[in-house]
Amino acid sequence: MDLNLFGSHAALREELRDFVAAFGRKSPRNVDFRNRPGKEVLDWQKILVEHGYVGRNVPVEFGGAGKPRDVMESHIIAEAFASAEIYPGLPSQGVSLLVPTLLIVGTEEQKRAYVSATLRGDLVWCQGYSEPGNGSDLANVQTRGELRDGYWVINGQKTWTSSAHYAQMMFLLCRTEPQQPKHKGLSYLLVPMDSPGIEVRPLKTMTGRSEFNEVFFTDVKVPEYSIVGNRGEGWDVANVTLEHERSLIGDTRKLITRLDKLIKLLNTTEADGEPLIHRGEFRTRLLRLQGEVLAWKFHHLRLLTEAAQGTDSGVKRLIVKYGGSVLASRLSELAIDALGSAGLQFDLTDATSEATTWYIDHMYDIGLMIGGGSTNIQKNIISERGLNLPREPRAANASQTGRS
Amino acid sequence: MDFGLSSEQRQFDESLRDFLRDSLPMARLSSHAQAGAQYDAALWDGLVRLGVSGLMVPERFGGSGLGVLDAAVAAEALGHAFAPAPFVGPTVMAPLALMSAASEAEQEEFLPLIAKGVARIAVVFTDPGTRRRASCTVRSGDKLCGALDGVVDGAAATHFLVFLPDDSVALVSAEASGLTKRRSSAFDRLRSLVDVTLDSTPARIMSAGLGKADIVQRVLGAGRVVLAADSVGAAQNMLDRAVAYAKERVQFGRLIGSFQGVKYVLADCVTALEPCRALVWYAAYAQDQSLSDSWSTACHAKAHISDVVREVARLTTETHGGIGFTDLLGLHYWFKRIAFNRQVLGRADECREDAARAQGWASG
Repeated sequence: MDLNLFGSHAALREELRDFVAAFGRKSPRNVDFRNRPGKEVLDWQKILVEHGYVGRNVPVEFGGAGKPRDVMESHIIAEAFASAEIYPGLPSQGVSLLVPTLLIVGTEEQKRAYVSATLRGDLVWCQGYSEPGNGSDLANVQTRGELRDGYWVINGQKTWTSSAHYAQMMFLLCRTEPQQPKHKGLSYLLVPMDSPGIEVRPLKTMTGRSEFNEVFFTDVKVPEYSIVGNRGEGWDVANVTLEHERSLIGDTRKLITRLDKLIKLLNTTEADGEPLIHRGEFRTRLLRLQGEVLAWKFHHLRLLTEAAQGTDSGVKRLIVKYGGSVLASRLSELAIDALGSAGLQFDLTDATSEATTWYIDHMYDIGLMIGGGSTNIQKNIISERGLNLPREPRAANASQTGRS
Repeated sequence: MDFGLSSEQRQFDESLRDFLRDSLPMARLSSHAQAGAQYDAALWDGLVRLGVSGLMVPERFGGSGLGVLDAAVAAEALGHAFAPAPFVGPTVMAPLALMSAASEAEQEEFLPLIAKGVARIAVVFTDPGTRRRASCTVRSGDKLCGALDGVVDGAAATHFLVFLPDDSVALVSAEASGLTKRRSSAFDRLRSLVDVTLDSTPARIMSAGLGKADIVQRVLGAGRVVLAADSVGAAQNMLDRAVAYAKERVQFGRLIGSFQGVKYVLADCVTALEPCRALVWYAAYAQDQSLSDSWSTACHAKAHISDVVREVARLTTETHGGIGFTDLLGLHYWFKRIAFNRQVLGRADECREDAARAQGWASG
């Protein structure tokens, strides 16, 4: 046990200190992921790529920094950016999900065409997985892809597609082998969003905003070579990406930042001339949450160390999304209780309203508990894959009697 | 950065667990529990041979000179085994208190005896600020009068190390004149509680070293971390057994572990419990490195883990159904260990208040 940084890790921290001092002022602030990235964001993205803070492990020939994979380095970079409050780069699913997938299973042509442009933000992607009828049961995707005259012809509907309204490309799962069992019948296709037959409609959520879209496909044609992996291997290709997604969502930095905000709120919000932190119930709830956040913070460091050693953390990793998302929600619950009735004014047009921000977080947390494998799915995964409990027996004829 | 146990610590953990598994079959635990035996001399000798008693004692006094993290590793193994062995007081807090408060000559006298397992020193706080039950002890010169109520691990104690209200630390032999011990039956049948009465009992008064508050925080902080580790071990045992049971028990023609109602309970248990281990490790490391957050983290660890393990103890007992409620299965021993640990060295609310004060959040 030693929490000091040594050797190349200590050097990287120094390098980041210099980087922040020299370039930090160029970082865009308060970037809203719902908007198409502007010039400031794209310029910053290129600075990050050039310094090797985005695409760090991507080979040089595909526009990355070509450094060996080192989770500790990623952690050090993320910490440095968070503590300096500078923008860590586009949250695009292209950078975080598609690029790692292409590097593992893509063809040379695909890597050349897409990886560098994606890293630099010149190509923004959206993810076409969820469908109205198939959320948790992703392998049951029904959007059809038929090969006709050297083109995939796509028909169907995707939903929960963030950034579809400005993305240039989509990576999507569709059913190309309907006669095969469900996990064997999918293919993974890359589709330009300006293809004729694609219609994007904003999907307004309970927050009152449109963080997502619905995407409709009517006879959309893409060339046969737009497939990643082979026909029928889409599920395996997607799983390369899903593993990335699940580890991405469990990040304790958000919990720590939110706890700090909450501590400040309880110290500065007064009732009867006294800060709320002096009130038994608020104080106790805050202290309980602080203890929990500490536990997850150190759990994260333990996972990082294991990942750096190449150890499979098993159940310890599988609990992260469920535990972290529920805790995040409880933090925002305490904040909105602290705001009380004074916090009930909800104004989406006022980006400076602390109350509105907390309420949006509070609602968006529910979305995060559902997206990327809902809480129930997480508990299935934890118990079946983590604790090796027997699987739920399949219900007979569910498809005929239930609502899909 | 390396957040985890070293290979030496993992080996130590393994050999300790092997020893405990061989030494403590359920039949022996049950007979100890029925007898209310809070101390197993043969087991203690074995632990001494494994170096458990001398863990925290510096090498120059015959110990291994290890730290709170190593003690936490041992405590988790002991808690997992429900071992009837005095540990947190005699092996962790007593040597730390002596190293902070005793003179070199006194350290030379007592620390080797701790390492050899001959001296088992129970640690008692009488400071009203720490809100222990033990109190009312007054000093007149080097004589003590009063009572120490509910001293944990007191039955097997050869000495009592008492933090007195007047900022001094007294070491009293269990054989000293005027000292009487009365054992009471404890909720955890393998943890002893004794009430000690002192009537002009001679004591060694120590006051060297750090300020009193620093010593109390150092000793109590380490005690809280190590007791939390013991609780994590006990809860892990209960969870492991519940998971195993869910894979063998059949009802309605199915293994009960295939019901989501059972799965989700166990998923919740592991989700809450696993991060507790990292919290203990960090809290112990912070003790060993004297980090600025060592006291507040120790308090948080004790409080948070007390809450998590109580829930795990309840849910894993429920998972067993009727058999879990019987005396025969013995699962209740761990349930009671968890419940006992919760109330000693600071309840959850007391630990949280300490953490709040440490962060400058004045009490309202």
